[in-house]
Amino acid sequence: MSTAAAVAARAPQSRGVRASLSRNRRWALITSYVFLVIFAIFFLIPPYYMVVTALKSDAEVAHMATNPWIVADGFTLDQFKILLTQTDFLIFFKNTIIVTVSVVAITMVVSVLAAFSLGRMKFWGSSILATGIFLTYLVPDTLLFIPLFQIVKAVGLLNSYWGMILVYPTLTVPFCTWIMIGYFQSIPKELDEAALIDGAGHMQMLTKIFIPVALPGIIAAMIFAFTVSWAAFVYPMAFLYSADQQVLTVGTVTSLIRGDVYKWGMLMAGALVAAAPPLVIYAFLMDYYIAGLTAGATKG
Amino acid sequence: MAEVSLRNVVKRFDDVDVVRNISLDIPDNEFVVLVGPSGCGKSTTLRMIAGLEEITAGDIYIGGEVVNDLPPKDRDIAMVFQNYALYPHMSVFENMSFGLKLRKFPKEEIRKRVDHAARILDITELLDRKPKALSGGQRQRVAMGRAIVRNPKVFLFDEPLSNLDAKLRVQMRTEIKRVHQMVKTTTVYVTHDQVEAMTLADRVVVMNGGVIEQIATPQDLYHHPKTRFVAGFIGSPAMNFLRCRLEQNGSGLRVRLSDAISLPVPASQSARFQALAGKELIFGLRPEHITEPRRNDRDKQCEFAATLDVVEPMGMETMVYFTVDGQEVCGRVDPDSATGPGEAMGLYADMDRMHLIDPQSGAVL
Repeated sequence: MSTAAAVAARAPQSRGVRASLSRNRRWALITSYVFLVIFAIFFLIPPYYMVVTALKSDAEVAHMATNPWIVADGFTLDQFKILLTQTDFLIFFKNTIIVTVSVVAITMVVSVLAAFSLGRMKFWGSSILATGIFLTYLVPDTLLFIPLFQIVKAVGLLNSYWGMILVYPTLTVPFCTWIMIGYFQSIPKELDEAALIDGAGHMQMLTKIFIPVALPGIIAAMIFAFTVSWAAFVYPMAFLYSADQQVLTVGTVTSLIRGDVYKWGMLMAGALVAAAPPLVIYAFLMDYYIAGLTAGATKG
Repeated sequence: MAEVSLRNVVKRFDDVDVVRNISLDIPDNEFVVLVGPSGCGKSTTLRMIAGLEEITAGDIYIGGEVVNDLPPKDRDIAMVFQNYALYPHMSVFENMSFGLKLRKFPKEEIRKRVDHAARILDITELLDRKPKALSGGQRQRVAMGRAIVRNPKVFLFDEPLSNLDAKLRVQMRTEIKRVHQMVKTTTVYVTHDQVEAMTLADRVVVMNGGVIEQIATPQDLYHHPKTRFVAGFIGSPAMNFLRCRLEQNGSGLRVRLSDAISLPVPASQSARFQALAGKELIFGLRPEHITEPRRNDRDKQCEFAATLDVVEPMGMETMVYFTVDGQEVCGRVDPDSATGPGEAMGLYADMDRMHLIDPQSGAVL
């Protein structure tokens, strides 16, 4: 067979392969989009419902005959106004910020130092200790709150948000330490050796080399600690009972549900305002968060 | 500027002796290369000099002072790592100045030293870049720059060229040699590449199995290996080793390699080997000493014929492979004289270059 004939014979076949490849790709895309749309709808319904309800007047919310999915009687910001002016919502908000910022700070200091020593400075029992730290994370707070009640009471921090600053790190430190151990271990050993030879001590090695290099991991851990302490429910429910000490999660629910009267509009408005700070933080730091989690997962 | 000495140094990991009782003296400004196969203890030795590994026994001196218990930063050494170990979040300038900053050098002095090192290494334009924006060769230069600015007593290199491609490796090899000639400093360099060892070193230390096989200048090592290991490790392609029998032939000696091939021991060496007559030994001869026949009657006795198995043209020379008594032999011949595979070829063995090795001890006799 001549070369020309061979090329001619092969041409239709390769075109067929290419056509079926692009058809495969199109089907893959269509399937992905169908599922993405389904999931997007699935996840967006609750927030949508919250927004719609928060923008209604109490009368419309209470009126059973109206369509719950749309605002029929006109938008109003009354729910937000009342929430912010006539309830303790702003106190809850302030308390939550104090608690969360303190918890994130404490968590980062403890877990970065712990992870550095456990992940980098091999000493007797360090690997057992590292596993042990992770195991404590597996004990749920719904079990821990009973013994912790005794401890919080003993140190005199019952019904004080300072007690939350003491107990939340029991949830955040183990997981953050674990993420950071994985991240620190993924940093090549030669880097600390180079720093050692350059004249760095362990503290300088940590602050000048490890923390900057592991910044994505540290930010991932920070976001985790932030989310946990912002959204914690069981501990404040168990340990806090007066409004001036209460945090957002429990405070919103307890102050806006009186007996069997649910102030739905204000509950939804409160939930939206409470969800805003995490949303903003996620939006800014999401890339770091993902980079940090995957690095810890594959190399740790 | 300092001499480095190792005295009976031992390193044991758990129950494994990685370095067994080695002693080594490196005079001021000398460039010493530790070479050997992987796992021979060369990197561990370097890391013990650096202070990154504790020594199990023995003493290490830098500049006449015992440094066994000194941390790396107090040993006044600088090290270049295989994977460069540049700080990824710092610019080239910051990378190079980090050690000086930690040692609280004044700003102008740091600037001066970094500029000087950057000029030596031709990386002045790169000072503001981050390591990830550099090529492999540039990173290696920065790593060297980081060592040079410190102006340390000793430079340590741990396989610095292994991550570079072949062409760049040759280029950087020359660069390292040039830098050493400019910045005269005692240097210990670890590599598994014998070509690097030969080209760079003032003296080469060949290690194997945690012990030093031989310490010698590159030329000496090539021509006078002390053990079979060194003879086989240095030189590429490796030296041919063949079972042989040393036979008395009148007043002279002959090396019998097979029923057909028997080569005369040069008269100049006969006396040395006389006592070994009749013994089974190993005959060593480098490929470059098995060539096409010389036009010289005196050498006729050293000629033999072989049927070639494989012929590899390299351009300036051709490698020929054949077997003698079931053992593969490599020769290096002129391209014009090489015949094809499966054909017979007359060859010449340069017996002045032969080595005889004791099969039990592996010592070159």
